[in-house]
Amino acid sequence: MDIRSILRSLSASPGISGYEGCAADVIESACPWIDESRRDTLGNLIMLKRGSGPEPRPKIMLAAHMDEIGLIITKIEKEGFVRFTTIGGFDPRVLLAQEVTAHGRQSVHGIIGAKPPHVQDPKERSKTVPLEDMFIDFGFASEQEAAAVLTVGDPITMRRSAVDLQGSYMAGKAMDDRAGAAAMLECLKQLNRMEHTADIYATATVQEEVGLRGAVTSSYGIVPDLAIALDAGFGDMPGVPDSDTIQIGHGPGIAIGPHVHPKLFEAVKRTAEEWNIRYSLEPSPLPGGTDTFAIQVARAGVPTILLSIPVRYMHTPVETLNYSDVAAAGKLLAMFTASVENGFVEGLLCY
Amino acid sequence: MLLAQLTDACGGPGHEEQVRNLLRPEVTPLADEIRTDAMGNLIAVRKGPKGNPHVMLAAHMDEVCLMVTSIEKNGMLRFRPVGGIDPRVLVAKSVAVGSRQIAGVIGAKPIHQQQASERERPMPVDQLYIDLGCTSRDDAGRLVNIGDYAYFTTKYEQLNGQLSKGKAFDDRAGCSMLLDLLRRDHNVAISAAFTVQEEVGLRGAATAAYDIQPDLAVALEATAAADTPGAPDHKHATTLGGGPCLTFMDRSVIPNPKLVRRLQTLAQQHGIPFQMRRNTAGGTDAGSISLSRTGVPSAVLALPCRYIHSPVSLLSRADYHHAVELMSAFLHSLAESEVDSL
Repeated sequence: MDIRSILRSLSASPGISGYEGCAADVIESACPWIDESRRDTLGNLIMLKRGSGPEPRPKIMLAAHMDEIGLIITKIEKEGFVRFTTIGGFDPRVLLAQEVTAHGRQSVHGIIGAKPPHVQDPKERSKTVPLEDMFIDFGFASEQEAAAVLTVGDPITMRRSAVDLQGSYMAGKAMDDRAGAAAMLECLKQLNRMEHTADIYATATVQEEVGLRGAVTSSYGIVPDLAIALDAGFGDMPGVPDSDTIQIGHGPGIAIGPHVHPKLFEAVKRTAEEWNIRYSLEPSPLPGGTDTFAIQVARAGVPTILLSIPVRYMHTPVETLNYSDVAAAGKLLAMFTASVENGFVEGLLCY
Repeated sequence: MLLAQLTDACGGPGHEEQVRNLLRPEVTPLADEIRTDAMGNLIAVRKGPKGNPHVMLAAHMDEVCLMVTSIEKNGMLRFRPVGGIDPRVLVAKSVAVGSRQIAGVIGAKPIHQQQASERERPMPVDQLYIDLGCTSRDDAGRLVNIGDYAYFTTKYEQLNGQLSKGKAFDDRAGCSMLLDLLRRDHNVAISAAFTVQEEVGLRGAATAAYDIQPDLAVALEATAAADTPGAPDHKHATTLGGGPCLTFMDRSVIPNPKLVRRLQTLAQQHGIPFQMRRNTAGGTDAGSISLSRTGVPSAVLALPCRYIHSPVSLLSRADYHHAVELMSAFLHSLAESEVDSL
């Protein structure tokens, strides 16, 4: 299966923060290019592709988070309707009239109900529906019927298959950050046909959306010499200034900020230029939103860098990207990691 | 039930061809005569014995949708709703645009890039747009035209128990019921009108009724059920699973009281559950049919549906079954009636 199809199925896989098992299975089974894989205590999927250099080889960690934002059940009403709250940052305005799947004793499909215009008071339409007034209709007729399948704390994901738009554009849920996972797979696939000295630890992390938690334990366990995080960045769209976004279809963003090691930044940028891989620069004055931030301070510190795949409509069920950016990020990762030698790694510690 | 194909099909007001093309081959073998009129109504005539009333049954083929009003320089499509759609349900949905059903999405600004105050107001429709993945007006213009309709992409599916979800149950459920009724033999003259342009003012039914000249008429509809959290009992309008709904009044019509009484009595005699619609909002084809020529005694029989006029609605197949049974009992009763008794 080509990796674009894998991204399509990854996008549809359920996996809110703390419940990433299904997404991990899809990634692992899509990846024949590795020597070994393991899952750590938190559920991080760590896949090792060994390098060809003599030991000790440089250890490069790649990190893309596989958790998605979602919902979780807070109450089952007498009439069988289900109340919920969000896991990760959802704008409640995108939730009305969405189809969802709850993962209880079995998986059941439902609808976040929206009041028809016919029964609205005229003033209602000028107000938003607060999260606490929303409910999910699974078609249960009573609390007992619902409770036989669902319970408070069950995770809920958006129910949506990715759609192909024009050209290489595609839209779906959870592109943040399954797109990063796809870029990681693109990299491993290319490295499989190349010589590389370093050991590559391709890591699909958990619980990024609730505080970069999987990145904390996985980087402690791996003890990398350098790390590259892949995450979704804000794609250009109407209504948001260009200065706050990355242009879609023009390659990945290379982040600049306190979470990016200056020499790593220069080296990655140089690699992109050598291989004619398009990229944008992504200034990040507030660097706390990605796994990079956690990995950088693992143990005695790790040189880190962030590649961003531009995604429009972030944190909605229709996150939109251009697959060429995923492919370009994968190629840049492969070309850069293949070039890493012990000398380069040692140089990162010299300021 | 042809309901799955009927609801998955797309047909905005004035562009009901997909629905008509699904119905025509189904209806043709069941009818003595079949025709379309200048508006696009599909009319199937079943002859019956002389002396009994000639009944018109109407179900509308069109659905609410969006119309592309401009193609922006950046390739994005601006749109306006056609028919009553609450703009709040449009955010972050996928759509299919134009006769080629080009895939698009209606996006929304990331929560990270919003001011907190933005989230307190709904997104107005003039800030929304459809993204096809095109990067220029020329690109998009090769795929879609101004005036094209965009439709929700929700697929029909059976959910728990007796429930089904889908788009456009209003009024493909009525179309499907009407088809099921034509499959039975009622020994009475029936003109089945699959009408156009209901959602923009009950327009197809007006010309169809003029043409048909029925003695009486029933509109088969889907109506809002608001039996959901937050709505007090007296605002439920109708209840899902409570049986088909009879209307005493809506915005367009005061149904003929004798017809309503007859439907109530028949339901009771046959043990078919039914409910009165406890709300007078919305209009139906019965409104324009009742005003045709010198007037037509008309009634409405509607399926309760939750979340109509949104991308995804729910109906109960038990209600559907009961609606068909009640209507069938009504048609049988007409075979034993004189025209004048109405």
